[in-house]
Amino acid sequence: MKLGLIVNPVAGLGGTVGLKGTDGMAREALALGAVPKSGLRTLEALKMLESLREDLVIYTASGEMGEAVVRELGFACRVLWHSEKERVTDVDKDTTSREDTRQAAKKILEEGVSLLLFAGGDGTARDVYEAVGESLPVAGIPTGVKIHSPVYAVSPEKAGELARRFLRCEITGLKTEEVLDIDEAAYRQGHVETKLYGYLKVPDDARLMQGRKSGSLLSDESAQKAIALRVVDGMVPEMVYVIGPGSTTRQVMAALDLPATLLGVDIVCNRQLVCSDATEKNILAAISGKESRLVITPIGGQGYLFGRGNQQLSAGVIHQTGPENLMVMATLSKIQALQGRPLMVDTGDPALDRELEGYYQVMTGYRESIMYKVITS
Amino acid sequence: MMSIKGFKHHPYIPNSVPEVQEAMLKEIGLNSLEELHAEVPEAIKLKENMNLPPALSSEWELRRHVEGLLRKNRSCRDMLNFLGAGCWQHYVPAVCDEINSRGEFLTGYAGEPYNDHGRFQTLFEYQSMVAELVDMDVVNVPTMDWAQAAATAMRMAGRMNGKRQVLVPALMDCNKLKVMKNYCDPDLDFVEVAYHPNTGQLDLDDLKQKMNGETAAVYFENPSFFGFLETQGEEISRITHEQGAVSVVGVDPSSLGVLAPPSHYGADIICGDLQPLGIHMNYGGGLSGFIATRDEEEYVMQYPSRLFGIAPTTVEGEYGFGDVAYDRTSFGDLRENANEFVGTQSALWGITAGVYLALMGPEGMRELGETILQRSRYAIHQLNQIPGVKGSYFDAAGFKEFVVDFSATGITVASINQQLMAQGIYGGKDLSVDYPDLGQCALYCITEIHNRQDIDRLAASIKAIVTETPGQ
Amino acid sequence: MKRINRHYLVRNFHQAKWDEPVIFELSRKGERGVRIPEAEEEVKAVAGDVMAALPTGLQRKTPPVLPEMAQPRVLRHYMRLSQETLGGDVNIEIGQGTCTVKYNPKINDRLASLPEMAALHPEQPVETVQGILQIMHETDLMMREISGMDRFTFQTASGSQAAFAMASLIKAWHRHTGEDQQRDEIITTVFSHPSDAACPAIKGYKIITIFPDEEGYPDYEAFKAAVSERTAGFICANPEDTGIYNKRIKAFTDLVHEKGGLCGYDQANANGLLGITRAREAGFDMCFFNLHKTFGTPHGCGGPGSGALGVTKELESFLPAPLIDFDGENYLLNHDVPNSIGRVRSFHGVAQVVLKAYAWMRSLGAEGLYEVAKVSVLNNNYLFRKLLEIEGIDSPYDPSKQRVEQVRYTLKKLTDDTGVTTGDIQRRMLDFGLHYWTSHHPYYVPEPATLEPTETPSREELDEYIATLAHVVRECYENPELVKTAPHNSVIHQVDESGMDDPKEWAITWRSYLRKTGAS
Repeated sequence: MKLGLIVNPVAGLGGTVGLKGTDGMAREALALGAVPKSGLRTLEALKMLESLREDLVIYTASGEMGEAVVRELGFACRVLWHSEKERVTDVDKDTTSREDTRQAAKKILEEGVSLLLFAGGDGTARDVYEAVGESLPVAGIPTGVKIHSPVYAVSPEKAGELARRFLRCEITGLKTEEVLDIDEAAYRQGHVETKLYGYLKVPDDARLMQGRKSGSLLSDESAQKAIALRVVDGMVPEMVYVIGPGSTTRQVMAALDLPATLLGVDIVCNRQLVCSDATEKNILAAISGKESRLVITPIGGQGYLFGRGNQQLSAGVIHQTGPENLMVMATLSKIQALQGRPLMVDTGDPALDRELEGYYQVMTGYRESIMYKVITS
Repeated sequence: MMSIKGFKHHPYIPNSVPEVQEAMLKEIGLNSLEELHAEVPEAIKLKENMNLPPALSSEWELRRHVEGLLRKNRSCRDMLNFLGAGCWQHYVPAVCDEINSRGEFLTGYAGEPYNDHGRFQTLFEYQSMVAELVDMDVVNVPTMDWAQAAATAMRMAGRMNGKRQVLVPALMDCNKLKVMKNYCDPDLDFVEVAYHPNTGQLDLDDLKQKMNGETAAVYFENPSFFGFLETQGEEISRITHEQGAVSVVGVDPSSLGVLAPPSHYGADIICGDLQPLGIHMNYGGGLSGFIATRDEEEYVMQYPSRLFGIAPTTVEGEYGFGDVAYDRTSFGDLRENANEFVGTQSALWGITAGVYLALMGPEGMRELGETILQRSRYAIHQLNQIPGVKGSYFDAAGFKEFVVDFSATGITVASINQQLMAQGIYGGKDLSVDYPDLGQCALYCITEIHNRQDIDRLAASIKAIVTETPGQ
Repeated sequence: MKRINRHYLVRNFHQAKWDEPVIFELSRKGERGVRIPEAEEEVKAVAGDVMAALPTGLQRKTPPVLPEMAQPRVLRHYMRLSQETLGGDVNIEIGQGTCTVKYNPKINDRLASLPEMAALHPEQPVETVQGILQIMHETDLMMREISGMDRFTFQTASGSQAAFAMASLIKAWHRHTGEDQQRDEIITTVFSHPSDAACPAIKGYKIITIFPDEEGYPDYEAFKAAVSERTAGFICANPEDTGIYNKRIKAFTDLVHEKGGLCGYDQANANGLLGITRAREAGFDMCFFNLHKTFGTPHGCGGPGSGALGVTKELESFLPAPLIDFDGENYLLNHDVPNSIGRVRSFHGVAQVVLKAYAWMRSLGAEGLYEVAKVSVLNNNYLFRKLLEIEGIDSPYDPSKQRVEQVRYTLKKLTDDTGVTTGDIQRRMLDFGLHYWTSHHPYYVPEPATLEPTETPSREELDEYIATLAHVVRECYENPELVKTAPHNSVIHQVDESGMDDPKEWAITWRSYLRKTGAS
């Protein structure tokens, strides 16, 4: 079996020395005395693959981008990409660049591996997404400072276990998760601006082997489709539906057999497309003087309804539509990943945020909903 | 002060010893049992003991009391019983009782494929043996009863093709139909198909007329509730399939040593009851439903039940078992997803049916079928000799059960049964209440337990009743 | 002779392992396990050639490929498989949380196997079944006292069927009052049993689930936001799977009633509340018990069990028919139930299980039932306190608050520390002859474990369970690989489930297995 591996060796460096992320800042971080942990945490993940040792070949990039940990554990290893800058701990040399990640990912994609494991944070996920898109199953080992993208497992061990079970075909389903990243320059200035960059396919671990006393749940993708059918079946004539971005909401467009804008907002009325990839202005124009609904889903691992990756749905848009006209959809696995934390809003308008606080019916299936709390961030 | 008391030193409760309770309470920082249930508001707490009959705390008193109550029953061991109608008196081999009263099975529940390997294997084997009997590749861990199995089969069909009308014979067990209707409400509509009055078999013209693009499934039984055989199975399945609907056939498994399984005449889903296979009637508590289909993903994904499959383990040569397609809910119509629920149903009867089929083997099942055919024909013949009695109302071949028509005797079934009972006989089920169109008819059941003397005794008793009772 | 030292708590266990073939491999041509009476010659003569007389197309052409086995071979096979099953009779049942696996008195099984029970036909005239009808009626009366409801039916053969019947009753009630169209929502809570949501969904209801607040109680503010004129009913368990009792339950039921909905109480597991508090005082219109949980009847590897569904006076006429009545002299089957939902199961439910529950209650009486509740809660809180002392085991929500009859724990810290998951621990506990259950899915509590001791285990057995779990936790820190590769002392080793989801690979029957592995 073939597994791809990319380690962003500088991931996480910024966090330990108070830099909010490491994008373009690795040298500063190292200079401040940051100790690279990404490789070590990757090691923890790879240890979970011990039982596959005999059949496994790991395709990776040179040195600290993967080769080093693979060799340390003695797995069969093929290096597909050689970075010119191999050592990060050496402050005098340049650290590996985003381009290295992208190039390595492309090579690994071409090699035809079953799964690509990558270690890093939101920036690394973006790079992987840019290289492979949704054409290769991937799983993230969380080693970075910023982990907003739910493409990451909750721990390196879990990432390793997920990979093992996927390689052994114990998990066969895939789900689509968002790649989010915040603008680090802005973040360091104290502004959070999260953008949705795309989607990656990750193994869907809804099935767990133990404890079967009752029926199981829909796979994530089926659950998304089921919720989308509910929205579509309930559509009211002449009502304007503003469909926000997200892997769940884009199933609404699929159920209508309409093209979905990958990362943007689409507007639908009478089951027809009114506007693709709508800007705030487009939306305001489309809903002006009409009854409308905002169809949204929490974006990213933090559970933001507004203010992360869907800035087009501005305070003005929400005012216009009315907070009572939100249709929130989310799969149970998304809710479960919140571990009891409420959903959040950050519209940039504190008064509106307060108005939006409260309980919402979140659609989780064709007939199933949950009452869930929303707070301001 | 509360006047509420517990029962110390009860044999079922080791920790009902006060000294032990005190020590344990101390360990958790409490002083008395009353301090437990601190989370239950006082306002809704009971302030005194419930008003229940006094405890029969010695096992002897309990036994004596319950046996005393049970003695008021007159069981089919004491009486000569000809009742069937969905629960049948067959011989239960001693090994069946031995195995299902093994404490490990009796008190097993929801362990893992490791510590409950035996449960998984017996149920896999039961699935496999019933599969041979019905000649299908997939059988479920059993559900409640035939009625539930049939109801689930209807929902499976509806989910598969997204349609909402099911056709059932107008002449079928009305109680089973009630279960099916309540279970399928509000998603499926039931439409009844007319029957030929002389044979009971489906009226194919009416069937064709009622079939349409909205038909999800057609259901019929073989043998039917009334015992007659439906000989047009192949044609019914053909008509069903032409409209893209699913052919569902209910079957009495005790017939399948001699009768062709419904899979041979086009059934897509087979359902039925395991109770005839080594399970005591238990006043109806012995029922257990099964469902069988082909091994096609489309069908397998619709089962709400558990399906146990065989699998290798990490050790060569070792058989392992587990749940097949556990995430079965993601296939098919997402508007109707996952809506059936599996919990405790009747697994012990599945294990028992497996034991029975292993004991019987192919030859046993053939003999069983043959004996039942012979004895029921003999019974019909003997009853036919009685003036005014028609041994078989329907003019069709049958199995195990048959409708005896007493209309021409001028005596009601109720009256005949009353008099039979006085002679130690439970006559057949009185059909005149639920099926008034049939007149004064009763549904009789003959199995391998009825020998010639039993049947002759029945015939003689009925003869005496109809010739001696003044006409009404 | 030397004194043998058996002073340790953690058992040196290995489960019976027979390495038993699949039954078809034991088949030997010509062997017979049991013989069937042959028809007498006179009968045969009258009947004629019955096989030839069968309609063409209905004759079985090829015999079913069942195994051919002599009786001792069958018996031994099944005896061995029984030994490879860890029933409640042989292990300390603490680990199957939510299942309420308690002692099932042997006397009750004996009584139920008497012919006056086992050989009763459900269509027998009522005058010949007065004994069982009396038992069912008196069980009804006792259940009324235990719950405060006004009438019970035992037609529901399981908890889920009872939950389904509840949903059917709610639907029938609102049809009756003309509000069915308007009321299309059922509210439940996330730590209630999943069938409390799944069953109403079968009846076409939309389901709204309430999550817990910070303290672990169903969030009342969320509940207020959920209840409306669209609410058909509220169905929940209390305590929920967490073992936490919702103190404000009366406020919940009052609110639903105010808005015109009905309240159904899932009391499948009422073990901790017998004689303590009742459905009526908590404001419910109906409730159900599982006789195979709370009332001491065996689980039978997954049935037959029985549900007991009770309702208030107002809902009595909606119950499935027939009801069992007593006219002061005789017990009757009352088919005249005007608004009945019809039937949910054939005949009268699982009567032999009702008999066992009756005998169980009669042995205990009111004081015994109270003792059951107190001891099961004592056992549970004792276990709770002791387990929280183990590094790596925590409980979600306030650990200082008592739980009722079970606790949902979280082993997240242990997993974070060691990489060993709750699923691994589940398999490892089997190596000591003990169950351990995680939770329904999805895991809202991370790395969950749900343990429920009931009133059955003694203090020493509780201590053994605690010591064993502590031992396994130690192993997680010291030798995680041992736990991850468990079981080692169970019947079999880790199952390779990789083919279980693949239609080309899965084998649900022996014939499929032979076909798919190319052996036939």
